[in-house]
Amino acid sequence: MSYKVKLELFEGPLDLLLYLIKKEEVDVTDIPIARITGQYLEYLEVIKLLDLDIAGEFLVMAAELMRIKSRMLLPPEEQPVEEEEEEDPRAELVRRLLEYQKFKEAANRLGHLEATQKELFTRPFQKLSDAGEEEEEYFETGIFDLLSAFSRILQRMPKQILYEIVKDEFTVEGKVHEIFHLLVTQPVLYFSHLFEKAKNRLEVVAIFLAILELIRLQEIVVRQRTLFSEIEILRNKDKIESGVKKGETQE
Amino acid sequence: MNAHAQSIIEALLFVSESPISPEQMALVLEDLEPSEIRALIETLKKEYESSQRSLVIQEVAGGYQMTTNPLYAPWLRKFLKKTQGERLSGPSLETLAIIAYKQPVTRQEIESIRGVNVEGVLKTLLEKRLLRIAGRKEIIGRPLLYGTSREFLEYFGLNSLEELPPLEEFVQEGERIEAENESKEITS
Repeated sequence: MSYKVKLELFEGPLDLLLYLIKKEEVDVTDIPIARITGQYLEYLEVIKLLDLDIAGEFLVMAAELMRIKSRMLLPPEEQPVEEEEEEDPRAELVRRLLEYQKFKEAANRLGHLEATQKELFTRPFQKLSDAGEEEEEYFETGIFDLLSAFSRILQRMPKQILYEIVKDEFTVEGKVHEIFHLLVTQPVLYFSHLFEKAKNRLEVVAIFLAILELIRLQEIVVRQRTLFSEIEILRNKDKIESGVKKGETQE
Repeated sequence: MNAHAQSIIEALLFVSESPISPEQMALVLEDLEPSEIRALIETLKKEYESSQRSLVIQEVAGGYQMTTNPLYAPWLRKFLKKTQGERLSGPSLETLAIIAYKQPVTRQEIESIRGVNVEGVLKTLLEKRLLRIAGRKEIIGRPLLYGTSREFLEYFGLNSLEELPPLEEFVQEGERIEAENESKEITS
C-alpha cells in the first residue's frame, strides 16, 4: 500500500498555472513565460520534497512550458522574414487556459447551487439522520492505537497472585462469536467495555485477538473521533449486504 | 373542488420522497389535467412564500418537492446532527460542469479541457448517480459518452439544464479580461 498523498491543492497543471498567473498579477494573454515556468518548477520541487504523488500531467505541462520558453528565447533575427505572421508560441496554452477558466467558473457556480440546496431539507428524516451520523468525523483506528489501548487494559488488570487451574475456557473463536452477537443487538461497541468483565489476562488476550481477527476478516471497523479517544467497534457495512446474500445460499 | 384538490396536492407533496410531477399527480387526481394541477401547485407555492412558512415548495428536475425553508437550516442541522454536509470536491465540480455544458461528451474530451485524468472522478460521479452513460461516440474505439442525470438536477436544485447560466456569460468574462488587456496595451 502506498502512503503517498495525492495532491489535492491544485486540480491539475492548468489550475496551478492559473493560480500562479493570478498570484503574479500578470495577464493570461501575455504570460511572462520564463517567470511563470520558474515558479511552476519551484512548486513541483516542493511537492517532491513532501513526497506527495505528482500526477504525470504536471510533468507534461512542465515540459510544455519549457518548450514554449525556449521558443520565446529564440532571437527574432533568426526567424525567417516570411514567418513574421507566426503564431505566438504561447497561443495554444492561452487558449487552453481560457477554456479551462471558463469551466472553472461554471464549476464555482455549481458549487454555489450545491450550497444553496444543502440548506433545504426534505423528507424522509430517517434517511437523513443516518446520513448525518455518517458525516461525523471519525478516523479509522490504526494497529498502533489498538496495541496501546490494549496495553493500557493489561496494565489495569490485577496481577494474579493466586495460581488457578486455567481451563481452556477462553478461545479466540468463542470471543469472535461473542463480539458478533453483541454487534447484532448494539450498533456500536466500546473497546474498553469489552474487557470490563474479563476474568484474567488470558481472557483479555483472547478478546483482543478476536478483535484483530474480525478486523482482518473485514467484519468490523474500528474508529475513533479523536486520537486517544474511546475506540468504537462497528460492523463493516459493506460486508453486511454481501454477507446476507452469502448466508442465504449457504443455508 | 379546487380547494379540496389543492389539499390533496399538498398532502402528496408532504409524503413524497422525491420530486413529484403534475403528470404523476394526475394519476391520482383523475378528474384534473396536469396543467390544472400545475396551476394549483403554483398557487400553493405562492401561498407558502407569501405567508413565510417553515416549508417551501421547490420546482426541481421537472417535478415539485416540499423542503424546509433555508432560514431554518441551522436548527435542522443541529437536530439531525448534520454538519454542513459533504460537498463535492473541486475536481468533481469541474468535471460535472464540463459534462453539464458539453454533453454528451467523452472522457477524452473532458480530459483535454481539465488537463488531468478524470477516470476516478467519473467513477465516483457515476456511483453518486449524478452522471449517466449517454451512449457511445461513433469514432474509433467507440468511447462512452457521458451526460448528467435527473439526480444531477435534483442535487443542484435545477428544474432543467436550461436553468444553468449560459456558458457564454463565462466566455464574455474571459473575453472582457482579454479586451481589458488589449485596451491596457493601447493606453500604455
